[in-house]
Amino acid sequence: MIKIQEAFRNQHKAFIAYLMAGDPNLPSSAAYILTAQEAGADLIEIGIPFSDPIAEGEVIQAASQRALRAGTRLDGIFDMVASIKDQMRVPMVFMTYLNPVFVYGYDRFFARCVEIGICGIIIPDMPFEEQDEARQIAKKYGIEVVTLVAPTSASRTAEIARRAEGFLYLVSSMGVTGVRAEITTDLSAIVADIRKETDIPVAIGFGIATPEQARQNAQIADGVIIGSAIVRIIAEHGAHAKQPLYDYIKSIKDAITQL
Amino acid sequence: MEHGRFGEFGGLYIPETLMRTLQELEESYEHYKNDPAFVEELNWLLANYAGRPSLLYYAENLTKEVGGAKIYLKREDLNHTGSHKINNVLGQALLAKRMGKTRIIAETGAGQHGVASATVAALMNMECEVFMGKTDTERQALNVYRMRLLGAEVHPVTTGTMTLKDAVNETMREWSRRVSDTHYIIGSAMGPHPFPMMVRDFQSVIGKEIRAQLRQTEDCLPDAVVACVGGGSNAIGTFYDFIDAPSVRLIGVEAAGEGLDTGRHAAAIGRGTVGIFHGMKSIFCQDEFGQIDEVYSISAGMDYPGIGPEHAHLHTIGRAEYVPITDEEAVTAFEHLSRSEGIIPAIESAHAVAHAVKLAREMGKDQRIVVCLSGRGDKDVAAIARYRGETLYD
Repeated sequence: MIKIQEAFRNQHKAFIAYLMAGDPNLPSSAAYILTAQEAGADLIEIGIPFSDPIAEGEVIQAASQRALRAGTRLDGIFDMVASIKDQMRVPMVFMTYLNPVFVYGYDRFFARCVEIGICGIIIPDMPFEEQDEARQIAKKYGIEVVTLVAPTSASRTAEIARRAEGFLYLVSSMGVTGVRAEITTDLSAIVADIRKETDIPVAIGFGIATPEQARQNAQIADGVIIGSAIVRIIAEHGAHAKQPLYDYIKSIKDAITQL
Repeated sequence: MEHGRFGEFGGLYIPETLMRTLQELEESYEHYKNDPAFVEELNWLLANYAGRPSLLYYAENLTKEVGGAKIYLKREDLNHTGSHKINNVLGQALLAKRMGKTRIIAETGAGQHGVASATVAALMNMECEVFMGKTDTERQALNVYRMRLLGAEVHPVTTGTMTLKDAVNETMREWSRRVSDTHYIIGSAMGPHPFPMMVRDFQSVIGKEIRAQLRQTEDCLPDAVVACVGGGSNAIGTFYDFIDAPSVRLIGVEAAGEGLDTGRHAAAIGRGTVGIFHGMKSIFCQDEFGQIDEVYSISAGMDYPGIGPEHAHLHTIGRAEYVPITDEEAVTAFEHLSRSEGIIPAIESAHAVAHAVKLAREMGKDQRIVVCLSGRGDKDVAAIARYRGETLYD
């Protein structure tokens, strides 16, 4: 299994690319994960669609609905990831909501993750107070549970940082996922608070879309996460998104590589 | 109660962006619920604005027709705005004011909670925005206008299935965008801690009054209390004061829609499984992969795929019973109560009436059932007419 730490090796800035499994279909998702790797993504976040994604903006909500309507199910996603496992040189994590994992069964879920080369999981509706049950089981399988820090975390930030594993997902701004024209949160201050507690890498996500935004955010953290902008390209081009996806990911990677 | 657990159920499963707000809410609630000035103001509003205590009415005609246990109706339909929802909204809005919030947001299904929120926002001079599934805005156009009349802004929700669960999703999203001046008044005893506990406390006035009123008239406890359950706020409010009185049967009535085996129902306990959704561990209608089901009931207020966590707990430990009532049974009870007592119940409450009638037949004439008549049925008249084949629109 390729670990999350690989994405941040040698202090270089990591580009974390998100896409929704099963949008427009699972074979396309497999191809796009490989495209993202080829174009320079350092870590791939694979979204497992959920019927009611409360932390997502319209773009990822719509992708979730499309994937579910296309018949995407958890077992199919596991098989899709397994099919490209041997071609992957960068780590892969799942991002989903707690219910699909809980209902599948934590043991069964994380055991499958190990088999198919998934090394971590991000669950936005599982704050640290509610992590113990899932995390103990994830630990047995060596799966890292990535936690989010928000602009409103304030006094919670230190505790979140102390418990962090893999990387810390710093939410750039209030609200849900989605492209934003401007990010006004004082992220440097939050990163500084985190640094007092841990050396675990910090990646900034929510609202980043342009190479310039990626560069600015990568300057203050160890990496950037882009989801909605990628999902939008796939929504626009469907099964023919390979080239625009490659070009976009490369443009982001180039923007942060010079740092 | 760590993170608001009811046995294994409840908890606080919510994005980090909202965590501190929820913790502040819990702290404020724990403080103000024991603050004499807060309690006094809330009680004043309940008495002078909502019209409490609500009547406990002995339905003598219905009792005689059925020929079994005595049936009492707890008349929450007589509250200002026409349902029990006002009890909770007054409590939460007053708390929000104390916390310095100037804007409230709310989800609504049938529109009862939205109307109650818009009403109290008008009273307390707060901004109010209500999120309502687009399908429901069309089904309940009159309530949409009512909310606007009261000064609220109504946002039709076009995501997902465009019904109550999507309205909850969208209100949560809106709250995560703007928390500093905004309080989300959740309308039922569900969601992340502290909502299930807080909503229960604000609704527990129902059961407390039933207990006092029945003691005064008959000097006894009821043998059974019956209430309809969507998220379960009028039911938990009815049950709570009797949980420690083992002789009192607690019965929640779920929406069986077209039947539990048709796939067209909203019976979380009847057909659901344990899951984690909308901030809580509870019981939900969902598939084997944890995707939440689209549910159905003739009653928009019970058209919700889950149930509050305290109900999941009361069910699991066997303290409360949960039974299904179909659309057809509820409509029949709606018509029956209208004719025999001159009381038109909300279609939600008609589910409870339907079960109480069945139950009364099995019980002795010396026994007593109290039904929580959670709301009035004016809002449902057009829909029931259409159900019976008449073309009538409001």
